[in-house]
Amino acid sequence: MAETTTTKKTIVVFSGEMDKILAAFVIANGAAAMGDDVTMFFTFWGLNVLRVDASAHVAKTPLERAFGWMMPRGADHLRTSHFNLAGAGPHLMGHMMKRHHVDPIHSMIETAREQGIKMIACTMSMDVMGIHREELIDGLEYAGVATYLGEADEANVNLFI
Amino acid sequence: MTISIDELRDLKADAVVDARGTSCPGPILAAKKGIPAVPAGGLMEVMATDSGTLKDLPAWCKKMGHDFLGYVEEPGYLRLFLRKAA
Repeated sequence: MAETTTTKKTIVVFSGEMDKILAAFVIANGAAAMGDDVTMFFTFWGLNVLRVDASAHVAKTPLERAFGWMMPRGADHLRTSHFNLAGAGPHLMGHMMKRHHVDPIHSMIETAREQGIKMIACTMSMDVMGIHREELIDGLEYAGVATYLGEADEANVNLFI
Repeated sequence: MTISIDELRDLKADAVVDARGTSCPGPILAAKKGIPAVPAGGLMEVMATDSGTLKDLPAWCKKMGHDFLGYVEEPGYLRLFLRKAA
């Protein structure tokens, strides 16, 4: 019988656009389905994917509040990297995804959780962007670059999306 | 050993997973979910509509140590067969 080998993949999710996030989660869920350990490290614009779609009651500076308003609040509010068309692009892409039976991003996040994919939020970029833990979905780990690098050392694929 | 399409058609799978209507990576997710129900050395059938499954399921089998047997085209969908690692 062939030896089953569990390997590890890490993905740095830096971008916050719908199409790039779609690619990140398809790869992550595919790798987990193939028996790999997967760690996703969310930083900068990628953090917006993890925001809950409701305002959290947290004390913020005016600048943090302004950032919060300007950035998409969660997986259902992302723009596309091309053909955004003043906000029509994501709806068109969502329509095409539905037509071709591609799961919406919030479902992919749910699948990632079910598969035990480790999702880490970068605390440094949370500070820079004024994003608080109360504003993010449950089940995340909070860490910094050393944690990512430690995971990457054990992985045979490292992606930056 | 290759198995003919007629032989594949006659196979009685220990478990059938229906991944029709799902897109990448849906079919391999379905295979992953379904495989624990198959005894070692048993047969699993995966039904799929995503044409990429023809490449993806053999790749999944290779990685997981299962034996991909082949597929049968039915009107509008595919039936893919694999033998679970013994």
